[in-house]
Amino acid sequence: MSSAVYARIRENPKFQELVVRRSRYSWFLSTLVVAIFYGFVMVVAFDPKLIGSPVAEGSMWTIGVAFGLCMFIGFWLLTALYVHKANGEFDAISQEVVRAAWKEGK
Amino acid sequence: MMRRLLTTLSLLALSALAHAGPAMEGAAEKQPLNLHAIGMFLIFVVLTMGITYWAASRTKSAADFYTAGGGITGFQNGLAIAGDYMSAATLLGLTAMVYTKGYDGYIYMLAFFVGWPCILFLMADRLRNLGKFTFADITAYRLNQGKVRTMAAVSSLTVVCFYLIAQMVGAGQLIKLLFGLDYNIAVIVVGALMMVYVTFGGMIATTWVQIIKACMLLFGGTLVMLLALSQFDFSYTKLVSAATELHANGFALLTPGNLLSDPVTAISLCMGLMFGTAGLPHILMRFFTVTDAKEARKSVLYASGFVGYFFNVIFLMGLAAILIVGQNPQFFEGGVVGGKLIGGGNMVVMHLSQAVGGNMLLGFLAAVAFATILAVVSGLALAGASAISHDLYARVIKKGAATEASEMRVSKIATIGLGIVAIGLGILFENQNVAFMVGLAFGIAAAANFPVLILSMYWQGLTTKGALAGGYAGLVSAVLLVVCSKSVWVAVFHNPEPLFPYEQPAIFAMPIAFLAAWLVSKMDGSAQARAEMEAFEDQFVRAQTGYGAATAASH
Repeated sequence: MSSAVYARIRENPKFQELVVRRSRYSWFLSTLVVAIFYGFVMVVAFDPKLIGSPVAEGSMWTIGVAFGLCMFIGFWLLTALYVHKANGEFDAISQEVVRAAWKEGK
Repeated sequence: MMRRLLTTLSLLALSALAHAGPAMEGAAEKQPLNLHAIGMFLIFVVLTMGITYWAASRTKSAADFYTAGGGITGFQNGLAIAGDYMSAATLLGLTAMVYTKGYDGYIYMLAFFVGWPCILFLMADRLRNLGKFTFADITAYRLNQGKVRTMAAVSSLTVVCFYLIAQMVGAGQLIKLLFGLDYNIAVIVVGALMMVYVTFGGMIATTWVQIIKACMLLFGGTLVMLLALSQFDFSYTKLVSAATELHANGFALLTPGNLLSDPVTAISLCMGLMFGTAGLPHILMRFFTVTDAKEARKSVLYASGFVGYFFNVIFLMGLAAILIVGQNPQFFEGGVVGGKLIGGGNMVVMHLSQAVGGNMLLGFLAAVAFATILAVVSGLALAGASAISHDLYARVIKKGAATEASEMRVSKIATIGLGIVAIGLGILFENQNVAFMVGLAFGIAAAANFPVLILSMYWQGLTTKGALAGGYAGLVSAVLLVVCSKSVWVAVFHNPEPLFPYEQPAIFAMPIAFLAAWLVSKMDGSAQARAEMEAFEDQFVRAQTGYGAATAASH
């Protein structure tokens, strides 16, 4: 856990790249989720009638339920997407960076 | 020792059964002794006691006790998080909410759910890479250990205590209703079982109690839903058209009602639920039980999958209950359809299970509700005990010089202490309105824990003074706002008008906490502050790569 290893990792351009890419990815997904959800809350607060109207004439599916279900499924798929990318691509870079810093120290 | 305790405990359970008989006529709410439910619950207790016995033999080090040695897999932890997160209030309260308010219940559940993806994207990696036993390990990583840990422990214990009292009072009332047991006996049984699980089995036993409970909850809910839907040929269209025809609100059933009539309340509620989740000490602690950041991410994926699935099950159960329970005079007091439900509004899902699956299914679901309470209070007690032993005792009082054995001893004593306090307050608050306590717990978690935690992980400029200012400002403002709101100022203190017009503190208390932390950090020009900012560099690398993170003990 020496500071020297941390410093070497920090100086590795690959590490910089990892940080930028991963944080861009996670902030993008978070903003997406928060924007969609609070947008929905705004509609709930300001136009509740719209939420309760059917998606199509005579249908028993209302916009609110249909959209809510889509959010449940969609947000969960986004978590799956993030886990896939972070556990695969990002972790591979991260391990490579740590290994390189170790080797350099020996 | 363990064996003797088990014997005492089964005796206690037996005497509870014997006691319940004569006292039964007294209370109006109390239901006849439910033998199916008690039988199934005893099976659960025997099973979890067996696991605790096994876990006790594997709990040797402090790491085993606090975090199960970091050896839990992502899938197991996902189930356990779901088990921790879905309390009895979720099962009973949200079904009842859909039954009476329709779509409002769905919005509520969405708000509960939406915090999870954000926790994954922004927090899961860093939590696992920086934390060890408690979330104060993260906030105090580069700041003054003593002061920051004291603050984290104070707000953790406040959250834990309010949440525990609410759960205990709920447990007593619920068990009185479902099992026909005396209130005090119910509270003592819950407290005693909780103490046994946590003191002997630590995190390993607590995790397995939560996993078993989550499986029972998912299975029971799914079964009730399927049996109920079979009456409508599994057609959502058929279910909704019948429900909207019958319900007093008609088609308005699926339109948002006045629960969220004003935007400030709506957003504040959603913020409290979302960020409160990310600041609950017993939920955060679960992230330290897995091997590495990979498994931490997976556990959120599984947990949010289970939680999201179950919320939709609850929505369908609530809609089906409008037709199946709402039309059946058997479930109403005096047999008047549309009157007061037997046992109160929260019993909707229990009546539904009886209607579709008879006494056997009712018994099963009642046992699930009891198990649910036990699992949640065990997680809370463990989180509270580790705040006392790991943060206050080992790091603040002994300044890191405590031996592992003494730290574990303190945590066990703390668990027993918390158990006794929870039982005492549970009995004391029997007839009080404790609904505000859950709101308060979430409010404090969102305003005191979350801002400092997220700033310590993301903002280099945070200093000790800033963290203290932010944490205490959030804690004080959340408590004050709840005390001045209707649920305490009017409902508890019997004043005519609330001082603070909103029920939810998050939208006001969170900005206060962030602002205080930012302002004080900015003004802090001390040498210590500079050193703390420099230390962020190394913390940042560890947070990103996991290099130097607490590793799993080999099991």
